[in-house]
Amino acid sequence: MTLIDLANPTRFLSLTARILPWLAAATTILLLVGLYQAAMAPDDYQQGATVKIMFIHVPNAWLAMFVWGVMSLAALGTLVWRHPLADVAAKAAAPIGAAFTFLALVTGSLWGRPMWGTYWEWDARLTSVLIMFLMYLGLIALWRAVEDPSRAARAAAILTLVGALNLPIIKFSVDWWNTLHQPASVLRMGGPALDRSFLIPLLVMAVAFSLLFVTLHLAAMRNEILRRRVRSLQMMQASRRSA
Amino acid sequence: MLSSPHASFVVMSYALATAVVLILIVWIAIDYRRQKARLRELEASGVTRRSGRGVADI
Repeated sequence: MTLIDLANPTRFLSLTARILPWLAAATTILLLVGLYQAAMAPDDYQQGATVKIMFIHVPNAWLAMFVWGVMSLAALGTLVWRHPLADVAAKAAAPIGAAFTFLALVTGSLWGRPMWGTYWEWDARLTSVLIMFLMYLGLIALWRAVEDPSRAARAAAILTLVGALNLPIIKFSVDWWNTLHQPASVLRMGGPALDRSFLIPLLVMAVAFSLLFVTLHLAAMRNEILRRRVRSLQMMQASRRSA
Repeated sequence: MLSSPHASFVVMSYALATAVVLILIVWIAIDYRRQKARLRELEASGVTRRSGRGVADI
């Protein structure tokens, strides 16, 4: 099966029906392994047990940005190639990305209170991630507000690409401005600054959450394809009645 | 393992993450059932796709 075959919604549905159970099983196993390793990880000499929040905060923060990246590629697919599955992919990813961003913000806040003495600080990293969360909500609202799917797709694609300008700001905000948030400690020049006892559970959790995203995204794309079929059949039914 | 004075922050973070992920899974599963039920209703009322493929093929 080639990539072109996947661009056909019917073939896409038959493929997802076959691989979703396997993906769900792999995600569950990896999440359980990651949670076990996170529970067994030692306390940090400075942060104590609160370092365990890192194992869910960091994967969610990475995925919040990654999902916007996926939506940006899909936006190009909508605007340049006008492929219907591109808008399906972007629309299905938005609520999942919003959920990951919400979790990154809230777990970061819960980590910040004991470490920084505050739940929230209007610094560059936290504010730029909050802006991304609000843009996710704006995109979801846009898709719901515009009735014509092709107009909604184009408007959402443009907004997604505008929002993509925020990604480098989020990534480099800790280097460009003074912030309470720590600088990058895994994806940085010179390799990870984390000890293996923290790095391995973190990477396992990151892969597990990435698999979770792929599983949920494929399932949500399947739902969106079905929703569009329902819409077209309802329109066919309405035109028959009026004829 | 979690004797830290800040254990409640850790527990709350994991509980919240679990709740949000479960809500996502349940929402997607309910949406799937709803769309399939709507397609079935439309097919039952005689409205079918040009390809002739129905819910049973999904």
